[in-house]
Amino acid sequence: MQIETAEDMPLHSSDDVVRVRQAVRAHAVAAGFSLVDQTKIVTAASEVGRNTVDYGGGGTLRIEVLRDGQRKGVRLTFTDQGPGITDLALAMKDGYSTGNGLGLGLSGAKRLCNEFDIKSTPGQGTTVTLGRWK
Amino acid sequence: MPEIPILKIGDCLLVSIQVDMHDRLAMALQDDLTQRIVADRARGVMIDISALEIVDSFIGRMLNNIAAMSRVLDAVTVVVGMRPAVAITLVELGLGLTGVRTALNVDKGLALIRSIIDSDSPDADRDG
Amino acid sequence: MSDSRNVILLLIERHYQRILAEWLACQKRDIRIGDAQREAEAAELARRFLDELRRGAAIAQFDDIQAPEWAGVRQLLDDLSRARVLQGFTSGETAIFVFSLKEPLFELLRREIGNDPDELAREVWTTTRLIDKLGLYTVEAYARTREEVIARQQQELLELSTPVVELWEGVLALPLIGTLDSERTQIVMESLLERIVASGAEIAIIDITGVPTVDTLVAQHLIKTISAARLMGADCILSGIRPQIAQTIVHLGLELNVVSKATMADALALALRRSGKMVTNRPQAAASATPAR
Repeated sequence: MQIETAEDMPLHSSDDVVRVRQAVRAHAVAAGFSLVDQTKIVTAASEVGRNTVDYGGGGTLRIEVLRDGQRKGVRLTFTDQGPGITDLALAMKDGYSTGNGLGLGLSGAKRLCNEFDIKSTPGQGTTVTLGRWK
Repeated sequence: MPEIPILKIGDCLLVSIQVDMHDRLAMALQDDLTQRIVADRARGVMIDISALEIVDSFIGRMLNNIAAMSRVLDAVTVVVGMRPAVAITLVELGLGLTGVRTALNVDKGLALIRSIIDSDSPDADRDG
Repeated sequence: MSDSRNVILLLIERHYQRILAEWLACQKRDIRIGDAQREAEAAELARRFLDELRRGAAIAQFDDIQAPEWAGVRQLLDDLSRARVLQGFTSGETAIFVFSLKEPLFELLRREIGNDPDELAREVWTTTRLIDKLGLYTVEAYARTREEVIARQQQELLELSTPVVELWEGVLALPLIGTLDSERTQIVMESLLERIVASGAEIAIIDITGVPTVDTLVAQHLIKTISAARLMGADCILSGIRPQIAQTIVHLGLELNVVSKATMADALALALRRSGKMVTNRPQAAASATPAR
């Protein structure tokens, strides 16, 4: 599996989330994703990106376009050095939220992607990896 | 900061979301709408999302909030113009737009608001 | 190695026309080339191949036909395979183009160096290896092209076989026919939703009379599509559920959560009612002298 392109983006404000959505869309289009698949990964990126800004104290996103033989995929890695998540299982539950919302961020993002991984250490930070293949 | 214009059509308010929303804009919109519903004695609120390429839980929250506030102010909220890719993604996401009715476009949205308001006359039973 | 190259090169240089003629004769014998035009094309192709072979043999190693020096030969074989796939030849018939070159070459080798059995054996072996590699390359190129053609045809079939019909103003129908695999179902459903937006139809009838089996995956796609349509502001009616499918749905414990009618006619009647339309008989016209047939 090779990494065809990689792009790093800051995630510190709402405007950054907007830029992230546009960048992920552009990469998904370049990878040949269908409109529905594009929408899914951009929506997932928006969910996790907002979390990074709102709860992670800001962080970065690395967008990678991958190739595995004939297939192309997009991998998104969100990193922050925020408070971390104390109870991962709880955070991943549908409808759970510490904030003021529907709380579907993480579990929803997971449902929209082929690959999902989350690592978090309370007090140190969180890394969320999303992957979607064509 | 660009504001989102709110148009008046009869006793309904129409909001067209054209730009990528972020928090400040969303809060401003909710404030503006609430004020306008009261000021214009609006019975219906139509939110046109035909320009939105994605609807995430943040936007979903905003739509639910607007619907809840409108209901308190005795107005009906209808979301119109949802794109197929967005609808499919929302179904996958499992996002419930509770208390939000939907219609295919502005015309049908107006007709829906009309039919709800008309059937909600003082003589008819009110549901909770 | 350089010896062999010179030997084959020399052969081709010295006996070009003869090799060409005999080679074409072998091809004609082993494949049904068809009409005169095809024969002329085959002759032209053979000429070009020999030229490319000459060019390649002059500068390249015989072992590695992927080397850039053999690019001309490979391109020619790619083009040949593509043409043959579209013309309906088998991979064997296509490869014979290359393999049948052995006959005239071996005959000439035997004639020129037949008195030296060791050298003959060596040259025959070298020639065979080269031609075998080229022949195998042709077979692979053929397979690749075949797969491309099939994929393209599948796509076209997909588009043709999933029409969305406007039965009445504001009422769409999607008659599904044949087995539904996951990919096809997704494409069909997406196009239904696009049509709903484009036509402004608030009711979509999904008819599955022509679907022999419905498994969990297909049922899930159906359910998701119906939910998506509702989210957008339209609604769906399911029709044409056959007894077996009804049983499967119950056994799988699926909650369809949608109005379903036995036939499309019933679904249309319901759709019209919901749209506020009514179908009545026309009032009888005043009696006129219409001759009986």
